[in-house]
Amino acid sequence: MWKFTVRRILIMIPQIILLSVLIFILAKMMPGDALSGLIDPNIDPDTIEEKREQLGLNDPWHIQYVNWVKDLFQGDLGMSFFYKMPVTELIGQRIVNTFWLGLATLILVYLIAVPLGIISGRYNNTWADQLITGYTYIGFATPTFIFGLVMLWIFGFYFGWFPTGGSVTPGLEPGTMEYVLSKINHLLLPAISLALIGTVSTVQYLRNEIIDVKQQDFILTARAKGAPESRVYNRHILRNSLLPIAAFFGYEIVGLIGGTIFIEMIFSYPGMGQLFMESIVARDYSVATSLVLLYGIATIIGTLLSDIILSIVDPRIRIK
Amino acid sequence: MADKLIEINHLKTSFRIGDDYYAAVDDVSLSLNKNEVLAIVGESGCGKSALAFSIMGLHNRAKIEGEILYRNYNLVDVDESTWSKLRGKNLGMIFQDPLTALNPLMTVGAQISEALFLHNRKLSNEERKAKVIELIEKVGIPRPEHVYMQYPHELSGGMRQRVVIAIAIANDPEVLIADEPTTALDATIQSQILDLIRELKESMNAGIVLITHDLGVVAEMADRVAVMYAGQIVEIVDVHRLFENPLHPYTRSLLNSIPNAEKGQEKLHVIQGIVPALQNLPREGCRFKDRIPWIDESAHETTPELHEVAPGHFVRCTCYKQFHFPNEMKEGQAHANS
Repeated sequence: MWKFTVRRILIMIPQIILLSVLIFILAKMMPGDALSGLIDPNIDPDTIEEKREQLGLNDPWHIQYVNWVKDLFQGDLGMSFFYKMPVTELIGQRIVNTFWLGLATLILVYLIAVPLGIISGRYNNTWADQLITGYTYIGFATPTFIFGLVMLWIFGFYFGWFPTGGSVTPGLEPGTMEYVLSKINHLLLPAISLALIGTVSTVQYLRNEIIDVKQQDFILTARAKGAPESRVYNRHILRNSLLPIAAFFGYEIVGLIGGTIFIEMIFSYPGMGQLFMESIVARDYSVATSLVLLYGIATIIGTLLSDIILSIVDPRIRIK
Repeated sequence: MADKLIEINHLKTSFRIGDDYYAAVDDVSLSLNKNEVLAIVGESGCGKSALAFSIMGLHNRAKIEGEILYRNYNLVDVDESTWSKLRGKNLGMIFQDPLTALNPLMTVGAQISEALFLHNRKLSNEERKAKVIELIEKVGIPRPEHVYMQYPHELSGGMRQRVVIAIAIANDPEVLIADEPTTALDATIQSQILDLIRELKESMNAGIVLITHDLGVVAEMADRVAVMYAGQIVEIVDVHRLFENPLHPYTRSLLNSIPNAEKGQEKLHVIQGIVPALQNLPREGCRFKDRIPWIDESAHETTPELHEVAPGHFVRCTCYKQFHFPNEMKEGQAHANS
């Protein structure tokens, strides 16, 4: 168990190195640099060249890469030229919001997926199953940003039940109960919108898994032992079906990253996704590359989590 | 006759295909006695497993008619809670494929333990564990303490089948149904498993229904044999007579299809045609008729019955009287002329 986890974490290291190299090269391949855009045209080109030399922009790429990584380890992601502040600080403000939005969405995804998947799989081909399957197909066919807009219009503008933007009501003191409630109130609608769409693949996955496990031979063995139907379900079918769902957890996080980018834009929720879109539109490269790196690392950690969870629940994965 | 454990009368197990029900087991009457091994033989799709599953009540969506009498129950219509008490306690089942018959996520110990737990809540955890280890030992698995903690994927096919057997016999069932217990295993392991079942039979006092398509297994294990073809029993006979004096054309064809080292070069007998699909089974007349076309129509009964030709030896249809193999034509005719 520990051996597996340690090994799996060690595998992550080359993955992250490769990721950082790719991102760095991609960023370098983009035309222009910090000194070629919004620079006063009256400045002497020689001065700019001198500045380039000073900033190390004329060094070969691998030296630049090493410097970049060194800075990374010191928590220095560079400066955002759009916001005129350190990227670390900028992301630091936003990451907390995205974290809470992601967590709320994840919880909602499983709160919806597990019961629906179980009902749909256990009673497959009944009207309840058809209703749930119908919902999943609609969910698959609906883009998050359209659904987000519809939800925003209905519950934000028409009924006015939820705030339509921001992450907290301005003027509240952090740490007070009101502040926390306002935070929750602001993230509820985006989280629900994202979860309702994001959960459908998990519902389908769980449904298919249950239907599949139901037909396995060892279920017959369990029945032949004299296990009552409820026990057959809880002990044998459910546990074996939830296993791939656990393995899916990491990918759920990965999918969520894409989802939050759209949903934060639509709900003008000040998280990383919104920052990412803004930085791309504004050609704020230092912010964009840092975010891509963070998203990449989150993806790698997501799959790591999946594998570790799988190794806990599935004895066949464990390495002795 | 000896004491009957199970008596099956006119059992009909039908499956739904499209809008109609088709009988995979059609009008089967059989009995299983104490202390005997009853072999049910037939080719794939003849309804052997459907019959076994009917006895265990493991069919999900089949329509089952007729009677399966066990003690004072008619197993055809007992409710789920009664089934939970009978299955695993009075009726045990050994499955065909040990690779899929065990839950991959539970330890061997937990799976055997569950069978005990379900029927005896009084045992303490330690007692139960001791009993499980005893069972693992009984089915011939070395290092039981170690295997107790292992998962199925860590064991070989033969060992897993022993675990499946341990689950089946955990509560000393009176009736043990073995559904092709050796089909998925290789030859050397097969004989070990058969030896084990034979040993268990002696120590357990149970009636065993052994489902197989392997006549070698029948010769080695069975006391009585029921030969099934297309959902029906065509011949019931004790094992000695089966090999000495088989009567039904299907039984004779099966026996004739066994390769024989002494005959060497001779071409192996092949039964003509194929078993018709469930939907296309002839529901009237002799079901084997189409596969022995050289036999005169008039030899068959219009509604074939099981005839008792000798004490305990039943044969369906009258066509056995005139049956001969195609290459015996001359001899058969000569016989008829004389």
